Amino acid sequence: MIALLRRDLILAIRAGGGFGLGLAFFLILCVLVPFGVGPAPATLAKIAPGILWVGALLACLLSLDRIFQLDAEDGTLDLLATSPLPLEGITSVKALAHWLTTGLPLTLAAAPLGLLLNLPPQATPWLVAGLALGTPALSVIGTFGAALTVGLKRGGLLISLLVLPLYMPTLLFGAEAARRGAEGLNATTPLLLMAGITAGTIALMPFASAAALRMNLR
Amino acid sequence: MDYTADHLACARGDRMVIAELSFHLAPGRALILRGPNGSGKTTLLRCLAGLTPPMAGRTSFAPEEVAYAAHADGLKAQMSVEETLHFWAQVFGASQIAPAITGFDLGPLMSRRVHTLSAGQKRRLSLSRLVLTGRRLWALDEPTVSLDSRAVAQFAAAVTAHLAGGGAAIIATHIDLGLTGADQLDIAPFRASAQTDTDPFLDEALQ
Repeated sequence: MIALLRRDLILAIRAGGGFGLGLAFFLILCVLVPFGVGPAPATLAKIAPGILWVGALLACLLSLDRIFQLDAEDGTLDLLATSPLPLEGITSVKALAHWLTTGLPLTLAAAPLGLLLNLPPQATPWLVAGLALGTPALSVIGTFGAALTVGLKRGGLLISLLVLPLYMPTLLFGAEAARRGAEGLNATTPLLLMAGITAGTIALMPFASAAALRMNLR
Repeated sequence: MDYTADHLACARGDRMVIAELSFHLAPGRALILRGPNGSGKTTLLRCLAGLTPPMAGRTSFAPEEVAYAAHADGLKAQMSVEETLHFWAQVFGASQIAPAITGFDLGPLMSRRVHTLSAGQKRRLSLSRLVLTGRRLWALDEPTVSLDSRAVAQFAAAVTAHLAGGGAAIIATHIDLGLTGADQLDIAPFRASAQTDTDPFLDEALQ
C-alpha cells in the first residue's frame, strides 16, 4: 500500500504528472477574478469565500480523470487488480494520493490567495479549516467517479457530471462556514456537518469505488 | 496439486466467448493455448487471473495463485527500471529483486528510465515481474511480442526454470518456445456458439 502511495506521488511530481495542474488553475482563477469583478474591495470581500470554494472544487475536478485512466491504459490497473492488494485498499490509496497532490496544496494556497480576493482576515482560519476538512471528501468522491468511468475514452466530462451533484453538500457547508467566518460569526456547525460528510464518504466510498472498478475490469 | 478447470465458461463484457472448456495441468508442465485471433485466449487468461469471474464451471485453483502477464506492459515511463522492480516486489511482498534481474538480464538497465528502453527491453522488464510474484501458476498472454530471438530463448529458460521449480504455466503464443513438457490446447472448438451469446428474451421478442 505504502509502495503504491509512494509510486503515485512520484508519478505526480515527475514530468507529465498532474501535480501542478489543479494548483495552477486555482492560482489563475484567484488572480483573474479581481480583474473581472473590477476595483470594488467590498464586492470582492463579499464573494471571496464562494470564489475560493468554487475554485478549489473545480481545481479538484480537473485532475480526477487521471486517477485511474493512465493506469488502465498501460495495463497497470489489471496487474494491480490481480495483486495481493485489495481493490478497496487500492482505491483508498489512490484517493489519498489525489488529496496529497491536489487538496492539500489547495488548502495551503488558500490563505495567501484569500488576500488577493480581499477575504476578511477573520474568515481565513475558517476557510482553511473548511478546505482541510472538505477536500478529502472531494478526492474520495472523485475517485468513485473516476472508477465508474475508467473504461471510457475521454471520460472527463462524464466524471464532472456524475461527481458535481455529490460535491454540492461539501461546497454548501464549506462556503457557508467561510461566509459566517467573514461576518465574525461562529462557523462550527457547518464545519461539523461537513466533517461528518467527509468521514462518511471516507468510510463508504472506497467500497463503492472498488465495486465500480471490478465491474469495469470485466 | 494439479491445476484443473472444469466446463469453464468465460465472458468478455456481456458476451460469452468460451464455453465448456476443461483442462488438466500438472505441476512442472506448461499448457500452450493455440487458436486464431479472437478465439478467446485473452478472455480465458483474464478469467483464470480473476479479472472476470467465470460464467459457469469451476477451477481447482484460486485467482490468487495465478501470476498474470497481459499484452500491455504495465510500465510507467517516468520510473526507472530499479524503481519499477522495487515497486512490484513490495506489492507482491517479495523480499529481493535479484532473481528478476538475473533471470531477464536487466542488470545493465537498472538506472535507466523506462521511457528510454526499447520495446523488447520493456517487455523483458514486464515479464521479470512474474518472478517477483512468487506465484506457482503463470498465465501469459503473448509473452514474446517484440522480443528478439535471444530474449525469447532467455524467456523460455526462465519459464523452464519456473517449471523445474514445481510451477506451472499457461501460455497463449503463436511461436514455438521449445519448452519440454508442454501440452497444446487448441481453444477454437470451445468457442461459445452464437446461440449462447444472444439474449433469449430478446429473441422471443423479435420472433
